[in-house]
Amino acid sequence: MSFPWAKQYQPTSEVGKWMDERLPLARFVHGALGPGYPTPKNLNAFYNFGVLAGVALVIQIITGVVLAMHFAADTRVAFDSVEHIMRDVNGGWMIRYMHAVGASFFFGVVYIHIFRGLYYGSYKPPREVLWMLGLVIFLLMMATAFMGYVLVWGQMSFWGAQVITGLFSAFPVVGTYIQTLLLGGFSPDNATLNRFFSLHYLLPFVTFGVIILHVWALHIPGSNNPTGVDVKSEADTVPFHPYYTAKDFVGLGIYLILFAAFVFFMPNSLGEPDNYIPANPLSTPAHIVPEWYFWPFYAILRAFTTDFLGVPAKLWGVLAMFASILLLFLLPWLDTSPVRSNNYRPLSRLLFWVFVVVAVVLGVCGGKPAEEPWVRLSQVLTAYYFAHFLIILPIVSKLEKTKPLPGSISEAVLAKYGSKSGGGDTAPLAQPAE
Amino acid sequence: MIRLGALAVGLLFVVNVLWGAIAPREAASPDMTKELHKHPKHMEWAHNGPGNLGVFGTFDRAQLQRGFQVYKEVCAACHSINRVAFRDLADLGYNEGQIKTIAAEYDVAAIDSNGEPTTRKATGADKFPLVYANEAAARAAQNGANPPDLSLMTKARPDGTNYVYSLLTGYSDDVPKGWVKPDTLYYNPYFHSINIAMPPPLAADGQVTYSDGSPATTDQYAKDVTAFLTWTAEPKLENRKETGMAVILFLIIMTGLGYLSYRKVWADVKKA
Repeated sequence: MSFPWAKQYQPTSEVGKWMDERLPLARFVHGALGPGYPTPKNLNAFYNFGVLAGVALVIQIITGVVLAMHFAADTRVAFDSVEHIMRDVNGGWMIRYMHAVGASFFFGVVYIHIFRGLYYGSYKPPREVLWMLGLVIFLLMMATAFMGYVLVWGQMSFWGAQVITGLFSAFPVVGTYIQTLLLGGFSPDNATLNRFFSLHYLLPFVTFGVIILHVWALHIPGSNNPTGVDVKSEADTVPFHPYYTAKDFVGLGIYLILFAAFVFFMPNSLGEPDNYIPANPLSTPAHIVPEWYFWPFYAILRAFTTDFLGVPAKLWGVLAMFASILLLFLLPWLDTSPVRSNNYRPLSRLLFWVFVVVAVVLGVCGGKPAEEPWVRLSQVLTAYYFAHFLIILPIVSKLEKTKPLPGSISEAVLAKYGSKSGGGDTAPLAQPAE
Repeated sequence: MIRLGALAVGLLFVVNVLWGAIAPREAASPDMTKELHKHPKHMEWAHNGPGNLGVFGTFDRAQLQRGFQVYKEVCAACHSINRVAFRDLADLGYNEGQIKTIAAEYDVAAIDSNGEPTTRKATGADKFPLVYANEAAARAAQNGANPPDLSLMTKARPDGTNYVYSLLTGYSDDVPKGWVKPDTLYYNPYFHSINIAMPPPLAADGQVTYSDGSPATTDQYAKDVTAFLTWTAEPKLENRKETGMAVILFLIIMTGLGYLSYRKVWADVKKA
């Protein structure tokens, strides 16, 4: 789009020309996802996950719209209507399992997408707005997933709604008002279920809108790449279609195979058995835990156990949980290194992998009951989580000695593949196609 | 400026949470429930197929029918399976006539021609009726306990199928020393709180008379009724796995072809 050598759309038929002068939709697609979008030629498999996230959202919307045709948002029958879908609606079991497993897969894919962005410095200039829009999508997803989980009106739905809306009551003065507003009452009830259903149907389309902005913002500078070096010439790029459509299709196939393995052979392995018990306001489950994709944040929430500076521990936990995501908005200004890719930042790369381990183990802690050793472990890991972004990364990015960058993407590709074919340094630019 | 602010906020959170980490806390009091509690036994099930992997395998129809018999003669005294319709029993291999006969053994609420509440015999379209009209009635009849509906039981507990089997066969008279068990409750280490209100339901061999020659033992009853309850919780299990096979086969072929075209498209790019 932004490169001068991008192929221009040429309508071939009379109808195509007529339409192009009135509504250039084909021209738009051609430039956004077609041959008219020059893309770095060295993108690896991790760059597939943006497309996969888009597909995951579409699967959620399609299955969700069908489920809504049979679901009843009323506390007296919500759970029954879900079981009706599972037992009596033709193919209903498949649609619901796809939707439930699909939520987990959506988060899985988005987490890999985010970590890819962290590793290759995709948040750095000129892609700050692109990164922040991605975080907005992530926040919307979290809200949507939480509200969708409540709709089932099982035990974990009810008590999850109680706990999560209860977080807001930690804020002084306005807290209880916010909680009452969210619930539409003083505890989760019919008003809660109805507003959550309404918002659960709305937010995916809002997400879709933000994704359009996200993709728009992507097309201004074009994709980052594993070297983090800017595109310098046409030799550095290939047209998105057919090159990346072909490559992403393979990734999509592998994704769908994994997805199908879960949907058809272990559909309940990612969920809490407690949610197959109808909601009972009089019986609290022994362990209230969210779905796995919220575990790291749940661990951070519970890591604050002591009052500090006159602020109660509960409020610290809530503030930390929100801060743990919001601080990512500042990342482009916290990491000031001019080098994007961690491939050329040895110390940052090490810290990145430490952070991955910390995030995963925090997740494990979040899924466990609030007892030792998990509480103490999540406290230490939470400390590292904040230190990583707010203290260590700003300092390291200033002091770190980076490795020399390749002159261009082509040079890096040649260095990787050229040696295999024995070409060496004789004629790096005129390598014949094999 | 941003980085100084971040540093301050970062230090605040780090010091705060580490302070919490080193703060002394009450030593966890030894929890006897946790020590006595046992994880479900690992059993092999027909519906899990070879290797118990869950990939292949179908329900054993004869076992489901025996399990239904155990449910009807033992469990149904207190527990409903209210999410199952009589017509669903066709899955177990019963024909229409047999289902009609089974349904007719139950009465369901109805309204007579004068508008007065009455009862009628159930039909295939009805669900298995509740045992108790409501929770209060159940608790009044059951010494304060509320026997749960069993339709979804094997999905509502971790490792549910094994759990139900373990619970049914896990009663013990040897109450460990120091464990307090009220006289109205029973000792069962597979139950989350150990003391369970349900008396051992499968008490003696020969309690249920099988017509197909299967061993009339409590262990066999437990296996059969557990298989039956796995079906009530997941009646589409076989359909699900069959569909999954076809879907995955299709996807593998599709991805394979996709990979070949990817290789062809990229053939001239990789090395230059």
